[in-house]
Amino acid sequence: MTIALAAPPATVPRPAFAPPVNLSGQGHYLHWGFVQVSVANVVVIAAIAVAFVVALFVPFPGSKGRDGR
Amino acid sequence: MTDQLVDTTARPEPLPEPEAGGWTGALRRRIFDTMPPERLLPDTQPSYVASWIYVFGVLSLTALLTVIATGTILALKGAAWWHVSGTGHFVNSLHLWSVELFMTFMSIHLIAKFFMAAWRGRRLMTWITGVVAFGCSAFTALTGYLVQQNFDAQWIAVQAKDGLNAIGVGAYFNTMDFGQMLIWHVALLPLVISVIVAWHILLVRRRGVVPPLPLPGTEAQRETEAQA
Amino acid sequence: MIRRPRGPRRPHTEPDPYSFGSRPYDLVKEFVLALVAVVVLTLVLAAAFSSPDVKPMTVASWAKADPGDFAATAVAELDGSSDTAGYGPPYNTAADGQKLGPLALAKAAGVTHPIDSAEAFVLKPLAAIPQNPDVDAAVGAWKSASPDQRSGWTGAYADALTKAGGDPAKMPAGDYGPVPVLIAQLTRQAQSGALDGELLSEGGFYHSDYTLPLMFMADGSDLTAEAQSQHLTGTQWGMMNEAGDFPGQVWLAPFTFWYQISPYKTSGNGDALVWGTMAVVSGILLFLPLIPGLRSIPRYVPVYRLIWRQHYRSRARS
Repeated sequence: MTIALAAPPATVPRPAFAPPVNLSGQGHYLHWGFVQVSVANVVVIAAIAVAFVVALFVPFPGSKGRDGR
Repeated sequence: MTDQLVDTTARPEPLPEPEAGGWTGALRRRIFDTMPPERLLPDTQPSYVASWIYVFGVLSLTALLTVIATGTILALKGAAWWHVSGTGHFVNSLHLWSVELFMTFMSIHLIAKFFMAAWRGRRLMTWITGVVAFGCSAFTALTGYLVQQNFDAQWIAVQAKDGLNAIGVGAYFNTMDFGQMLIWHVALLPLVISVIVAWHILLVRRRGVVPPLPLPGTEAQRETEAQA
Repeated sequence: MIRRPRGPRRPHTEPDPYSFGSRPYDLVKEFVLALVAVVVLTLVLAAAFSSPDVKPMTVASWAKADPGDFAATAVAELDGSSDTAGYGPPYNTAADGQKLGPLALAKAAGVTHPIDSAEAFVLKPLAAIPQNPDVDAAVGAWKSASPDQRSGWTGAYADALTKAGGDPAKMPAGDYGPVPVLIAQLTRQAQSGALDGELLSEGGFYHSDYTLPLMFMADGSDLTAEAQSQHLTGTQWGMMNEAGDFPGQVWLAPFTFWYQISPYKTSGNGDALVWGTMAVVSGILLFLPLIPGLRSIPRYVPVYRLIWRQHYRSRARS
């Protein structure tokens, strides 16, 4: 797997106020065979997987028939 | 005549015959037989609903409402507002991230419902309306990207047109027509999604939460094995 | 509220949800808590990361940054060799459009947004403003020339422009007819910003259709080059991407995947084939509960045992 940086956009975007985390610079991409995915998208996909697994395993309260929340 | 006047207005009483009331009575009976109030808003739930995986439905719904609310704020000042205003740009950011959350939660909800085989027990339409809602949401997101009025919108428009033209849809749905895309995004598609999501939720309330799959080797499993 | 199942269970039915017992539960409170959580999460993400807004390209910015590419594109529109000129439906009949197997869907839908590339992109914008006598003469010479003469001029001009490295000023003298005057004036109109407006207003005062300026820019190289630098092109899986490090339309992954493999990536009907494939995949997902085998997968993958483990434990105890 290789990581490649894209060139920054010709017009570097700047929102009216500068956010604490600037995602508007160079993009970062992962290459794996013919698959190319941006790091940002991998983070979203990983978040889906992690949330799914966490929801399955974290114990749910109220197993004795008391109020579910 | 004055002895017929009343101080308070009485609730209208239905006619005594069960089939009376014409179309109105028939519709009322149909609605309240299908969806009595305690089924629409129950204050109990089946005891097997005991996993955090169940929260992704309501998270998807609340994320959708956030998308609609932030979109409504953007609509107040028009499509170009967020390019010229810091507040507008922040509202645009809220709209973008609520969409990312919506699609994320909905994906988890879809995967979970698959692994629960949640279509069992006359819940086919619940599954179908859910999948249709997913597809409509992706399409609505496309129209949203098309009305950003920036470089991304330009590129997506000229790329998406090729795909849609190839199947004849582009002859009637022009990704480069900002006016058409804006009205689809702000009016037509939110209406369609709202109807489908409302139908989906009413079906969940009507049928109840799907019971657990029977464990292999149990009597219940043997009874339902014919389904596979 | 406990409800008893009614009578013997028919095949293909499930037990009543409440037949396993129930507990009090506050649905509205759950909704409110979820809404608060989502709103807070959205506020945090928006405040932390904001959203991208790369300024759009205009015909003016394109013509100023790369007059050679603009000139080459304008000549291609004039002689009908541009992508738009040869596109086919819904813009013209120069091609038949793509087919999905035997289905010629694009052709069946017809030409609903006709574009004559020479008229739309060159001649009408030139006619839109009062011109100098030499430009008027050039337009007149073009209109009265035969198709063979026109293609001779434009072919010679395009070749010479390429050999001059895309710089019209460095082109040697040649038999280009009125083409250099037409292109030079169009370039001036483009660089001044007038062409952006002229292309939009060809449809009338009030309209919202950006087809002409977008198709014109897409016929050139600069729009694609900018997209390439932002990793947005098809072969870069760009359908899923967004500028910089922002997440894009991740859910389009199943759609863009097909474009990366044969036959989709090499076929002239690639777009139609991808849509056909996605229609089949969507149909499978939509009607999955009716498909034997696929609908049984949840029974064999033990995710359900995790979800309902409390239920199975309490049933085993009782």
